[in-house]
Amino acid sequence: MSGILVYVLHHDGAFNKNSLGAVSEGARLAGELGTECHAIAVGEGIADDLAAQLGAYGATKVFRVQGPEGLSQPVVDAMAQVIGANDHDYALFGGGLLGFEIGAGLAARLDAGVCMEVTNVRVEDGKLVAERPILKDSQISSVHYRSKVGVIIGRLNAFEAVQRDGASATVEDVDVEFQPHSLQAKMVQRGEQRGADVNIEDADILVAGGRGLGKAEGFEALEELAGALGGAVAATRAVVDAGWYSYAAQIGQTGKTVAPKLYLAAGISGAIQHKVGMQSSENIVAINKDSNAPIFEFSDLGVVGDLNKIVPKLTEAVKAKKGA
Amino acid sequence: MKICVLVKEVPDAAVEKRIDGSTGRLDRSGERNLNPFDTHAIEAAMQLKEGGQIDVEEVVAVTMGPESAQRALHKAVSLGADRSVHLTDAALAGSDVNGTGYALAKALEAEQPDLVLLGQQSDDGECYTIGAVVADHLRMPSLTQVIKIEVQDGGLRCERQAEYGYDTVQVQLPAVISVGDAINEPRYPSLKAIMGAKKKPLEVKSAADAGIEAERVGYDNARAHCTDFAAPPAKAAGEIIEDEDTNETVERIVAWLDERKLLA
Repeated sequence: MSGILVYVLHHDGAFNKNSLGAVSEGARLAGELGTECHAIAVGEGIADDLAAQLGAYGATKVFRVQGPEGLSQPVVDAMAQVIGANDHDYALFGGGLLGFEIGAGLAARLDAGVCMEVTNVRVEDGKLVAERPILKDSQISSVHYRSKVGVIIGRLNAFEAVQRDGASATVEDVDVEFQPHSLQAKMVQRGEQRGADVNIEDADILVAGGRGLGKAEGFEALEELAGALGGAVAATRAVVDAGWYSYAAQIGQTGKTVAPKLYLAAGISGAIQHKVGMQSSENIVAINKDSNAPIFEFSDLGVVGDLNKIVPKLTEAVKAKKGA
Repeated sequence: MKICVLVKEVPDAAVEKRIDGSTGRLDRSGERNLNPFDTHAIEAAMQLKEGGQIDVEEVVAVTMGPESAQRALHKAVSLGADRSVHLTDAALAGSDVNGTGYALAKALEAEQPDLVLLGQQSDDGECYTIGAVVADHLRMPSLTQVIKIEVQDGGLRCERQAEYGYDTVQVQLPAVISVGDAINEPRYPSLKAIMGAKKKPLEVKSAADAGIEAERVGYDNARAHCTDFAAPPAKAAGEIIEDEDTNETVERIVAWLDERKLLA
């Protein structure tokens, strides 16, 4: 049969939110195409009830594969085998790092067309067409597949997880013989949390810092401003990777997604990987010395200037205003 | 061992990028430079070579692209690569991710590298997927967005940030590793290295030289075909303040926040 196969990532007994969104999107598209949406999960001992939960998001069948977790290439083997045996027309992935790796590897394996950063999928003449923003989101390109299988990799938060009542999926165990190279990368430690465990997801106001702060100490001024505003401090991936701030405070592709009332970005250029984690914020204020920084394209108030001069004065002014 | 570094020439960051209306492809004309993400991959190769923990005989820069792409190779050599390979052919123009990854894998097959390094993304197409495509063709383990590489147990111990925090992965060689920009601070080439770059060996290969099947590459054979470029829904342009007098700037920011009841 034909159909759509959706990869679902899981960790610690729960599915990834972006994967659940992809299942819902797959189910919606399968409905329009008159086919079925199936899911595939690869891991060590995925429980029956966990796998069956995917039915509530629209999957009619879940392929369960025993294999290593958190690495892409074993999943490529598993999906290639399942697609080969079931003739799926499309492979779909939610936003995130692993989906990019698996989707690209699978495209190579199946000689399939692949499109990443997809924000919308539509049905045209019985086929799926993927829409992808390009050139720093200034244009949207439509991508048509000219291969037997089409690989669609969503952008972070592009697909909303929609839960339905009562529906349950059948679970089918699949034995996969992994390729030698797929077992030549081994997880030593997964999901290490670096830095303090801070909560930024409940904050109404976030003051976020990026590489433009220049050094780790730059965050001190942001903490003072966040304190004055009654908010919390967030960070970009670049500064978290550099060890300047805690991973728990990271916004974007492999971090948190937030939508506070105010998002004040200091020294953040506004790369897509960051944007996808905060673009739904109600008010976006950006301070950056580079007037060409992409963040000014999607901020409500942009301040072109030196944050080292502006932030301390802004902290004092906010304190004075609030104290008045 | 031999390290191959995949590099790419991209439009200079300062140049406005656009789609060529007549072809539907990215207009790749204008000022061009080595993809800044690739300089981290070259630096990672140089640090492995100079680190002494593993015997690196040769670092080879490999690119695919038109004649102008040789500038990216010269830059890569000025940053430390020993020689370079330029895969160039009209038949390769307009290849999609699938075709490009396949063609690069064919060029790499001839080199038999023990390690392939590349930058985590390119500065133009934003495709952070080439590494995984190349790795599948070469049947090598692969990892993307790596921010730390250490030689350990005859392989590489790599760290990267993924969906649930930092992962540590032990990778056997040969392997394909794409590196994130946090991995290192690339060096600046010396004047001598820049002057000498054009004298280092540069091998030019056609698609046929590399054994590439013509029906798998090029615009007409792209498995994913981009069309219908449209503008996204317009978002009202934000207000911009150029900071000249910081006291005044701050006053305006506070008034803006206060108007939206964000200082309650």
